[in-house]
Amino acid sequence: MNRQIVKLFGFIVVLFGILVGFTSYWSVFDAEALKEEDANKRPLLEQQQVPRGRILAADGTLIAKSVAKGRGSGKRYVRRYPEGALFGHPIGYSFVQYGDTEFEQFHNEELVGEGSEFSSIVDELLGERQEGNDIVTNIDTEAQRAALTDLEEQGFGAVVAIEPSTGAVKVMASNAPFDPNRVPYEFSKLASDGIERPLVNRATQGLYPPGSTFKVVTAAAGLDSGVITPETPIDAPGSLEVEGTPLENDFGEDFFGATLDTALTNSVNTWFGQLGQQLGNDTLFEYLERFGFNAKPAIDLPEDEVEESGVWDIEDNEVLTSSDPVDLARLAIGQERLLATPLQMAQVAAAVANDGTLMKPQIWKRVVDPDGRTVETMDPSVYSKPISSETAAELTTAMEGVVSEGTGTNAAISGVLVAGKTGTAETPGNEACGGGADENQAWFIGFAPADDPQIAIAASVECTEQFGNDVAAPIFADVAETILNGE
Amino acid sequence: MTSARNRELLALVPVALLLTAGFAAVFSQENDQLDNLSLIYGAYFLAICLATHIYLRIRLPDADPYLFPLVATLTTFGLVMIYRIDETLARDQANWFVLGLVLFALTIQLLRDYEVLERYRYTIAIAGLAVLLAPRLPGIGQQVNGAYLGVKIGPLAFQPAEFTKIAIIVFLASYLREHREVLIVGARRVLGVTLPPLKHFGPLLVVWGASMFMLVFIRDLGSSLMFFAAFLALLYVATGRFSFVVIGMLMFLLGAWFFASTVPHVHERVEIWLHPYEEPENAGYQILQSIFAQADGGLFGKGFGQALITVPGTDNALLPAAQTDTIYSLIVNEVGLFGAVGVVLVYLMVTARGFKIALLASDGFSKLLAVGLTSVFAIQAFVIIGGVTRVIPLTGVTLPFISYGGSSIVANFVLLALLLLISDRARREAEEPAGPMAAMGAPA
Repeated sequence: MNRQIVKLFGFIVVLFGILVGFTSYWSVFDAEALKEEDANKRPLLEQQQVPRGRILAADGTLIAKSVAKGRGSGKRYVRRYPEGALFGHPIGYSFVQYGDTEFEQFHNEELVGEGSEFSSIVDELLGERQEGNDIVTNIDTEAQRAALTDLEEQGFGAVVAIEPSTGAVKVMASNAPFDPNRVPYEFSKLASDGIERPLVNRATQGLYPPGSTFKVVTAAAGLDSGVITPETPIDAPGSLEVEGTPLENDFGEDFFGATLDTALTNSVNTWFGQLGQQLGNDTLFEYLERFGFNAKPAIDLPEDEVEESGVWDIEDNEVLTSSDPVDLARLAIGQERLLATPLQMAQVAAAVANDGTLMKPQIWKRVVDPDGRTVETMDPSVYSKPISSETAAELTTAMEGVVSEGTGTNAAISGVLVAGKTGTAETPGNEACGGGADENQAWFIGFAPADDPQIAIAASVECTEQFGNDVAAPIFADVAETILNGE
Repeated sequence: MTSARNRELLALVPVALLLTAGFAAVFSQENDQLDNLSLIYGAYFLAICLATHIYLRIRLPDADPYLFPLVATLTTFGLVMIYRIDETLARDQANWFVLGLVLFALTIQLLRDYEVLERYRYTIAIAGLAVLLAPRLPGIGQQVNGAYLGVKIGPLAFQPAEFTKIAIIVFLASYLREHREVLIVGARRVLGVTLPPLKHFGPLLVVWGASMFMLVFIRDLGSSLMFFAAFLALLYVATGRFSFVVIGMLMFLLGAWFFASTVPHVHERVEIWLHPYEEPENAGYQILQSIFAQADGGLFGKGFGQALITVPGTDNALLPAAQTDTIYSLIVNEVGLFGAVGVVLVYLMVTARGFKIALLASDGFSKLLAVGLTSVFAIQAFVIIGGVTRVIPLTGVTLPFISYGGSSIVANFVLLALLLLISDRARREAEEPAGPMAAMGAPA
C-alpha cells in the first residue's frame, strides 16, 4: 500500500499547488484588474480610511479638506470643499459612492499618500498610519472669483488664465459651476443632460468654434514659415468666392493692399482666407499641431476629461489631419469644422506671450507632506516651440493694435499695454443654446502687459447674441487686472 | 524516544513567537478598543500548549513530534485572525480549543487500543450518518444559506458533518482492511476496464449513496465532496486500482451533475461559481468580495488588523463570513500571498506527517485509518481554500484549526489524537523490530 500512499501524497501536493496558483493569480497577477472592477468598492473604502491631503490655492485658501466621521472601526474621512462652487472646476470631487474627478482624480496618489509597496511595509512595521500629502495649486483665488462672477453675468462659458513663462494655471473657471459638497446629495440632478451640465468643465471639455481668435495661429504660421512678412500686402476684397460660397468681411468692407497689422486689427476675413490658401494644408496643420491642437493638452487633469482641439469630423468622431481635404480659407479664419477648448486658445495666447515657447499648463504647484515639508515642486517644462521669438514679437505688435484701435477695445486696461484678439463665431440653431437663430460663441484671447507678459487668458462665452468685444473682452480685462494687481 | 518529545518542545518555540508577535501586532493596531485582559489569553494559550506537550510526553512518548506543533501553529494563527475580527469570538474559540484538548486527551486515554473501533465499525458508521440527519429534524435543525448544516440544542450548536467525517473514515478503513484482498482478486476486466466485484462493492456503493444523499437532503456540496474524495483516496490506497477511482469519480460527477440540474441550491452554487459577476450585489457577493480581498492583499498583505471586514460606519459585511468560510481570503488580505502560501505549506506538512505515519504503520487498519484521516483533513482544507479562490464552487466547510467554530476544532483534535495514537505505536514498533506485532505485518 505504501506506493499508493506516496502517489496519493503527490496528488495532494498537486492540489495544494493549484491553490497556491489561484491565490497568486488573484492576489498578484490579476490584482490590478480586480481593483478596477465596478463591483469592487474596497479600494475606495480603504482610501476613505486615510485622511486625504488638503488642496490649497496659491494664497493658501483652503480648497478641499477631509473631515473625520464616526469613531472606532467605523471612522472614515469625508471630503469638504469650504469655498463651495468657486473651485468646483478644475478641482472636481472625491466621494466613495461617486468616485474621483478632475484634479482630485489626477493627483489621487499624492493626496492619499500612496508610496511604493516597500515603503508602506516599512511604515507598517513602524506603526505609522498612512496619511495623504497636501497640494498647493497655482490658482489665484481672487482672479478665479472674478472670472466666475463675470461669467455668471455673461452666460455659460469658461475662462482660463496661464502664466506664460511657467505654464502655471492661475484661473480655470467654468459656468455653469457646481458645488462639490452637493454631489452626494444631488448627483443625478448635477449629472443630468440639460443645457447647464454643471459637472462638465467647459474650460477643458467645451469644444467651441474659435472664430477669429484663430487668426492669431494663421498669422503665426504665415510669418514663421516666411510666406509673409509684416510688410507683405494682400488685396482683400469685401467678398471672395471660396468653394462655391462667398467669404465676406464685416460690412463687406474692402482692404486693398493691407498688411498684417491692418488685417488683424480689423479682423479681415478675406485677407486671412487668402493667407490660409497660400500656406496650404501641410504648413497650416503643422502650426496647428505645434500650438497644441490635434493632441490632448499636457495638463494635470484626467485624460478623459480633457478634449482635443482640431478640425473635428463629428460623424466619424475624429480629428482631421493634413492629409484630409479641408476648406483652407475658412479654416484660416477659425471656421470650417474647427473646434477648440478655452484651454487650447489660452495656450495659443501664452505661446505668443512667452516669446514663441509653449509651456505645459499645470494646475499644481507643490506637494507638501503632513509634516510640512515640500516633497515635490512643479518644474516648468516646455511643450513645444511653435514660433520664433521674432515672429512672436511681430505678432504681439499686431495684437496690440486690436486692443488699442481695433475690434477688441474693451479689453484695454488703463496703464497696461494689452495684446489680444477677439472672436465671434456664429452658431445659429445651436441646440445647446436652445436653438436660437442669432446665437454666437464670443471669444477673447490675449495677454498683458504686452511688453512684459505676466498672464495669458482665454475667455469664451456661449449662446450670446453679442460679440467677443462686448462680452468676452471685459472678462479678460477684469481677470487680467485682478491678477496683475495681486502681484 | 524522549528525543521525539524534545523535538516537539523545540518546535513549539516558533509557535510561541508567532502567537506573541501576532497578538502584539493586533493589539497595537487596535489598542484603543481592546482591554489588556485579552492579552492574557495569549499567555493561557501557551500554557495549555505546554500542558498538552507534557501530557504527550507521558502518554505517547514515541508519537510524531511535529504534528502537534504544526496544528498548534494553525490554531494560533486562527486565534490571532479571529481575535483581530472580534475579541469575544476569540474568547469562545479559546474555550473551544480547551474543550478540544480535553477530548484530545480523553481519546488518547480511552483508545490506547484503537482496534476496538473495528469491532464497532457498523455502529460507528450508522451513528455518524444518523447525526448527519439531525439538522433536518424540526426544532433542533438549522438552515444556513440554504444548506442544513447545524444542530442547535439549547445554547449548544454543532455541525454533525465534522464528526461524521471521522466515523466514516473509521468505518471505511476497517471495511477496506478486511475486504481489500477480494476487491483486488475479484476484479473483472470488462472491455479493458477493471471493474470491482459487485458483491463486495455493495457497502461501498452505500458511501456513494450517502454522498449523493447529503447533496440532496442536507444540500451540503462541500461535505459531500470531502467525504467522497476521502473515500476514493482510501479505495485507491487499499486496492491500488486507479480504475476504481476513475469509476468512482465518474459516478460522483454524474450524480453531482444530475443533482446540480435538479436541486436548486446546488445548481445555484455552481452558477455563482461560473458567473459571479451576474449578481455582484447578491448571489455573487461573497465569492467576489473574497477575491477582491485577496487582490487587495498583494505579495505581503496589509498587515494584521488592517483589512476591512465591514463597510466602515455600518454593520454591512464587506467580507461575509470572514471568521469561517472566507477566513483564508482575510489571511491573504492581511499577510499577503507569502503568508497564505505559508498556511498552505503548514497544511501540506501536516498531510506529509500523516502519510508518514501511514507508511510506518505495520497493520492494515492503522495504515488505512492514518491515510483516511489525513486525506479527509487535507481535502477539507482544499475544499474551502479552493472555494474562496474560485477553484471549485464555494461551500460552507471550515478551514481546519483556523476557522471559528467549536465542532470543527473539537472534531479535528479528535482526528489528531487518533493520528498520534497510530503514530506512537508505529514508531515504537519500528524501533523495536522484535515486538510481537512486527512479525505479523512487516512494513511493505
